This record gives sequence, C-alpha cells and structure tokens, in this order.
Amino acid sequence: MSSIDPTTTTIETEADSASAPPDVRHGVLRRTFRAKRAWIGAIALALITLWAFVGPLLAPYNATDSDVLAFGAAPGGGHWFGTNDIGQDVYAQTLVGLQKSIIIGLIAGPLATLIAGFVGAIAGYFGGVADRVIVWVIDLLLVIPSFFILVLVSPIFKQLSWVALVVLISVFSWMIMARVVRGQTMSLRERDFVKAARYMGVKPLTIIRRHIIPNVASLLIIDATLGVGAAIIFESTLSYFGFGIQVPDVSLGSLLASYSNAAVTRPWLFALPAATLIATVLATSLLGDAFRDAIDPTSGANRD
Amino acid sequence: MAGFLLKRLLNYLALTSVATVLGYLLVSSTLDPIARFLGRNPPIPQASIDTTLSRLGVNPDTPLLARLGNWIVNLVTTGSLGTSTRGTEVTADIFARSGTSLRLLIIGTILGAIIGIAIGVWGAVRQYKAPDQITTYASFVVLATPVFVLAVLLMITATAINRTTDSQIFNFTGEYTPGLSGGFFTLLGDRIVHLLLPTISLTVFAVASYSRYQRSAMLDVMSADYIRTARSKGRTRGSAMIRHGVRVALIPMSTFFAYSFGLVLTGASVTELAFSWHGMGEYLITSIRNNDINAAAGTILFTSILVLISGTLADFLYAALDPRVRV
Repeated sequence: MSSIDPTTTTIETEADSASAPPDVRHGVLRRTFRAKRAWIGAIALALITLWAFVGPLLAPYNATDSDVLAFGAAPGGGHWFGTNDIGQDVYAQTLVGLQKSIIIGLIAGPLATLIAGFVGAIAGYFGGVADRVIVWVIDLLLVIPSFFILVLVSPIFKQLSWVALVVLISVFSWMIMARVVRGQTMSLRERDFVKAARYMGVKPLTIIRRHIIPNVASLLIIDATLGVGAAIIFESTLSYFGFGIQVPDVSLGSLLASYSNAAVTRPWLFALPAATLIATVLATSLLGDAFRDAIDPTSGANRD
Repeated sequence: MAGFLLKRLLNYLALTSVATVLGYLLVSSTLDPIARFLGRNPPIPQASIDTTLSRLGVNPDTPLLARLGNWIVNLVTTGSLGTSTRGTEVTADIFARSGTSLRLLIIGTILGAIIGIAIGVWGAVRQYKAPDQITTYASFVVLATPVFVLAVLLMITATAINRTTDSQIFNFTGEYTPGLSGGFFTLLGDRIVHLLLPTISLTVFAVASYSRYQRSAMLDVMSADYIRTARSKGRTRGSAMIRHGVRVALIPMSTFFAYSFGLVLTGASVTELAFSWHGMGEYLITSIRNNDINAAAGTILFTSILVLISGTLADFLYAALDPRVRV
C-alpha cells in the first residue's frame, strides 16, 4: 500500500493545513469536493457498497443453488452475469465476493494506516535509539517484496480464517507511510504548541495522541482511503494464485481465479466480476486522490 | 560523497544479511519438507525419507539453528545454495531463471519508462487541459486494475483475434514453442511473438506509474524560481521547460528507475505466473508449493542482494546527479 508516493508528499513545515483549526479543516472537505472526481469516487463507492450488501436480497438467484435449466448460460434472462458450468448464478457470486473484498479493503487499509501513524509518530517524536531501530526495521521489511512474504507465510494463515489474512496484509503494508509520518513528526516536535505541552509536563504518549496524530490526520486520511483500494488489489492477487482467501470463503480474487480458465471461451465469466473489481478500486483511488489534492499543498490544485 | 556511499553500502549489507537469515528461518518453519513423501503408495520407508531430507539439509530432526549454520557455512565455503527437491543445484536454477526474467522484463521496463516520462511531462505542461485529463484518468483505470486481470483480458483479446483471422498471430504461453525446429530467424520470431503480450502488459503498468511520478515531479519543478529566472532572462517557455525543467525533474525519476530496474528480476512475478514464464518470481512460488526450502531460501537471498545493488545504485545516482545532496 505504498499509495502515497514520496515525490508528492514533501509537505513543508509551514503547511497551513498541518495546524489547521477545525473551521479550516471543513475547508479541506469543501476543497476536496470541489473536484469532480471526488464526487464521482464518493458516489460510486457508496453505490457499490450498497449494491454489494443490498443487491443479494433483490437478486433472483442465490450464489450456491444450481439452475438445472441453465448450465453455462450467457448473460440474459434471470442470470444477469450468466451462469457457470453447474448452473450457479455468477451475478450472485460476484456480489458475495464483492462483499468480502470490500470488507477486507475497509479493514486492511485503515489498519495499515493506524500502524503507520503510531510507529511513525513514535519514531519521529522520540528520535535517538527508538528512531534508528524503527527506521532499520522499516528498511528490513522493504528488502523482500510484501507479496513474497505473504506467499511465504500463506501455509500458516491458510489454516486460520480470512481475518488472519487481513491482519497480515496490513502488517506488511504500513512501512512507506510510517516514513512519511516520521518526517512530519520530526518537524512538528519543534513547533511551539508541542514544546509548550512538553514543558507543561504532558506525557509523551499523550502528546502524540493529542497533538501529533491530529496534525498528521490529513495525511493518514489520504493513506487510509488509497489503502482500501490497494488492499483489495493485494488480496485479489494473492487469492488469484491460491495464497489468499480459502474456500468456503469467496472474494473477487478467488472468484476470478476459478473463472480464468473459462475466460477464453466465455469471456463474461471473467470480465464482469473483473469490471466490478476495477470499478471498486477506481472509486477509492479517485476519492483518495481528490483528498490528496485538497490537503497536500505541493500537489494538484494548490499549486500556483 | 565516497564516505556517504560507503556508509549506505554497509547498511545495505547488514540489511541483506539479516533479511536472508530471517528469510531462511521463516521458510524453514512454514514449509513442510516431509509432506512430499507422505501419502504415497507404496509408502516410502521412514529411513529413506530421513536420508533424503538430511542430504538436502532440511531434516526437521536437526535443530533449526544447526541447519541455518550448515546452510551459511556451505554458502560461504563453496558458494552453493544447496540442492532443490528436484535434485538440481539452486545456484544454477537461479542463474537460468534470472536470465528468463531479464529477457521477459527488459523491453517492457525500458519502453514503459520512456513512454511514461514523455506522457508525464506532456500532462504537466498541459495541466488540466484535455491531454492531461485523459492520461490522468487512463492511468487511474490502469492502476486500479490488478496485473492478472489485465493479463487475462489480453489473452481473451488475443484469442479472439486469432480466431477471427484464423491464424496464430498471438502465442502467449511460455517463452517459446517447445520442439519448434527451424533456422535462427524462425526461432527468434517465435520468441518475439511470445514476448508480445507480456511486454504490452508490463509496459502499460510501467507507463501508468511513471507518468504519475513524472507529472508530479515536473509540476514541482515548474513552479520553482529558477524557471521564472530562465523565462525572465528571455528563454521561451518551451526552452526553459526542457533545459531547466525536464532535466531537473528527471533526477528523482532516475533513482526511481535504478531502484525498479534492480527489482525487475523479482518484481514481475505475477506477470510471469500469468503468462507461464519460468522466471524468478515463478521459481519462488513453485518452490513454496513444492515445500522446497533450499530453493525458496536461495530466492530470498537473491532478492535481497538485488535490493542491495539497486539501493546502492539509486543512492549513487542521486548523489551524482543532484548537487544539493552532496554533503
């Protein structure tokens, strides 16, 4: 989830939004939604989520029953996405997979951001040995690609539930954001309001919670939003190669894996669930990018 | 600057060693080398399983740290990474497979970087105009697509084209057609045909991410004071952009390129798997599926050495190109 790229997140120390009082933060929302793609992203995301959770109630077939009158049917009639070889409705299956993918994205993305926020803030605030150790651990975790590490540990979480997979995805995707937060914290530490709190004897962890985290909140919101889409892609790729979600659970990735062989002869089996996946990720990234433009003074609309 | 680079290199060396050791421990504790021998008919005697596992150095009866020690001693004294479960030398496997990965990836990576940088500059110069909007949204769509989805969609399209033209224009399984006989040009042509789809897939993703990076680096530079100075000196906008803009914006891109080029051999495992190329990424995945500890540990060592090389290279380029970094 290296969603925030290092070239655009060099926020200056004087960045106004970093110390924004509440009314200016409302300005952030207003500025975000001045961009058309923020509306597209937000509305699409809301509709897709609604569709995933309400859609199955309105669908004519459920995901597991076989329709003996339609084996391997093309889209049409009651089966909007067609059926598979044993007559199961692909539309209903897509919605079940979409539910799981959305839940995974919504947990794993923000969880990774949470880890990044606290680890980065602790490294930046305390400095010294703590900082060195944390930076070194971050570098170490970046040496081997996360995809490889997750494939390596997959024999472990295959026996556990999908929740273990979600946690592991977050555990291996917070590193780059933690670096950004660390840099921000190092400059915030020298600001007057943090110094004042320190001299008043406020405990370090309280300062981090009350003064540091709220001031990097905007960065964290961007990362969490973009992280949702990144986690969905990560999970679907793992599941596609059999290292992610295991039966009986279904996600869009494992659904696509089971239909990729039939894709050449009956493209809709693959293309329609794939389009659903792309639309979901695209909605989160449009929203996240609009947030970034509104918050980050060095990107997009705020440049002169 | 030499001191700075030396310090970075030592740091990378330490990271590589620790990552390899941790990787070996992780692989040894998650993979189950006995699984391959169980459930066979007729059953394999325990003694012969033990002999095989000991010969590979992966017998779980030996303490984990002793196995690690043997592996390291073996690596340092003979340069060997042990034997895979198929009886081949892991070092030889890695050399053969990294060659395959390199042949698969080199064109797509370079092509993607060049096109991506050009589109990024174009988008930044025409900010908010139609070309910028179109390329921005297109790259959003590409980056929202998982690699395997694009691979399968390309295969569907290629098959459809093959069928309608009733020919074999696209041939996309593996690196070459096994058993094909013919002259040098027949074989070369066969390889090029096999390269077509994976290269398109790699190029599309590289273009999408490079153009985003380059656009943002270029926009940073365009609002800088020295561009205004160049303009007020009398340079035209285009000339100021090229002489002072693009050249500066390329500095962060060159380190990005150095870094991603180092990771190229392992970075496209999904593409390799999707198009059935027997490269490094596929090697790691199959070794995990076969519970092959030596092969998986060797791949991790190889990956971390590549990170070491590309990281040092990126640092060196950054220090060499950007005078502000020289300390």
